[in-house]
Amino acid sequence: MKKSHKFGIRWGFIIFFTPVFLWLFMLIILPHLELLRMSFIGTDYYGKSGFTLENYGGFFKEPVYWLTYVRTTLYSILVTFIVLIIALPVSFYVTKIVKVKFQGFLMVLLLVPFWVSELIRIYGWIIILRESGVLNYFLTRAHILKQPLEMLYHDATMILGLVYTTMLFMIVPIIGVMESLDDSIIEAALDLGASKLTIWRKIIIPYCMPGIMSGSIIVFMLVLGSYLTPKLMGGKNALWFTEQIYNQIIIYFNWNQGSAFGFLLLFISSLIILAALKITGQKFSQVIR
Amino acid sequence: MQIALSVQNVTKKFGDFIAVDSVSFDVEDGKFFSILGPSGSGKTTLLRMIAGFYEPSSGSIKIREKDMAGVGPNKRPVNLVFQSLALFPMMNVFENVSFGLKRRGEKSGDVKKKVESMLERVGLIDFGNRKINQLSGGQKQRVAIARCLVMDPTVLLLDEPLGALDFKLRENMKVELKKLQAKVGTTFVYITHDQSEAMVMSDHVAVLNAGRFEQIDTPQNLYNKPASAFVAQFVGDNNKFHVKLGTDRHGVFYATTDEGQSFKLDKSYDLTRDNSFEMYVRPEAIIINPKEDKDSVNLLNVEVKSILFDGGNSRILIVPEGSNKEIIVSLPQNRKYDTLKVKDRLKIGWYPSAVVCFKGTGKRIYEEIS
Repeated sequence: MKKSHKFGIRWGFIIFFTPVFLWLFMLIILPHLELLRMSFIGTDYYGKSGFTLENYGGFFKEPVYWLTYVRTTLYSILVTFIVLIIALPVSFYVTKIVKVKFQGFLMVLLLVPFWVSELIRIYGWIIILRESGVLNYFLTRAHILKQPLEMLYHDATMILGLVYTTMLFMIVPIIGVMESLDDSIIEAALDLGASKLTIWRKIIIPYCMPGIMSGSIIVFMLVLGSYLTPKLMGGKNALWFTEQIYNQIIIYFNWNQGSAFGFLLLFISSLIILAALKITGQKFSQVIR
Repeated sequence: MQIALSVQNVTKKFGDFIAVDSVSFDVEDGKFFSILGPSGSGKTTLLRMIAGFYEPSSGSIKIREKDMAGVGPNKRPVNLVFQSLALFPMMNVFENVSFGLKRRGEKSGDVKKKVESMLERVGLIDFGNRKINQLSGGQKQRVAIARCLVMDPTVLLLDEPLGALDFKLRENMKVELKKLQAKVGTTFVYITHDQSEAMVMSDHVAVLNAGRFEQIDTPQNLYNKPASAFVAQFVGDNNKFHVKLGTDRHGVFYATTDEGQSFKLDKSYDLTRDNSFEMYVRPEAIIINPKEDKDSVNLLNVEVKSILFDGGNSRILIVPEGSNKEIIVSLPQNRKYDTLKVKDRLKIGWYPSAVVCFKGTGKRIYEEIS
């Protein structure tokens, strides 16, 4: 009896684990291993391929590559901070200030834009912001602008788009944590003489840290790896590192260089997430919950 | 004596609902004042107005003669111990207790000294580095109180802080809290729905019902001389009889129950409008097999319906002969009635002076009291 019981558990484990394992191994680990191998392979003048560090070396030798790389990383951090600064008061409003019956309604309002694909949403922004767009039309009609302004294809526009497309991924985990924050804890801080700013700094933000960190990790990774938004809203000058990878693999057919870039991106995203966790004193296991 | 807290004609309305209705009271410096009321009586609303979380719709709240209108909770010389305690979970005990002092901008040396002496006072001197979730219920309680007391408030407000504790711990904390108050000498305003907590700890108790004070008095007077039917029912146990009052030839007042038994009273009542009254007799005021005759005590022949053994609080449930009215009687502590059985016949009696009567309200004042 006992033996068959154990046996049953084993089977259950295998049935559930197999698809997960296959998915992880076949679609993530295996391709990455192949990419890693390719990133160390180069072809010499005679068409003979072999081990080389040339792909990584090329990255450092060519300023446009590493400048884009640094730019992408810094902008990703900036976008994450902007998203966080907007998401905190929004989450606070939804969880603590608004009446309970409106909470669901507000959550739907936050979610609705995400039922539409990213591409369509970006086109929406393009219609609003372009030279002959809605915003320019109203601004010129109201005589605030003498002639239409090109609002697209600036770094600021690109940041706007990135903030917009990733906002929800910050708000949802923060709301999750903030809901469990007892109102009386905020009141207790107020009762003990804390100002509003101190309550945010000492009570709300430390309490919401797990939510903030998991939101920040998701947003940072999404922004760092985003391709559509920078390409469509950032214009020609606003290079994003994912575009470099695209160019290497799709345009130049240089899979080796592309894989090296891919690994450099993976490296920086892991490095920054680990650093952020270290600085804020959060544990990874706590944050992913 | 200086008045620490003065509340005058304070009313709080939420839309059409009047939560607190024209309440007035004064608390002297260094006293333990309790506000006792059933849930929904408006006691938390009243406390939150004193703390500054609500503004009264009308009336004034003064702390040491200073009007508190428009003063935010972070600027008032009062501190509130929350029902949920509201300790900061991301901080340790020391950080929790020092939080208020730091906000006040005190020097870190002073903060350390004050916090340590306060922790010593509440018996948590070695617990400074403990996380909040490593503490027991009673320890959390003491941290919450220490966190407020260290601020040296003019008035310490406590919102049913013992509610979440189990019975034994609650009994201990009652005594500890009273001792602590005597030691620090801070004015305490304590709200609770537990009449035993209010009576054990307080110098004065105000009984709040549906937003109004029924009586403000010492615990002894509250128990022995209730001013209203609500107080008689809410404070301590009471046997309630629906009676009609009348007088005999000599002008002595009598109460007659629906079953036709009549009992002598020693006070006079106004019968001009209506003679329907409610008569209250405490379980411990009823004597089993009294030696006195029926001229001095009201006598009743009864049958034992059940025995409610509870150690020192043991009582019996009895019904008068030919009636279904249940009466609770406390058993004396001399083991004389250890052999008492269900269906035993007894004679009971009580002195007319042990009885209070109030105008019948017709309905239950408070649903938890049947």
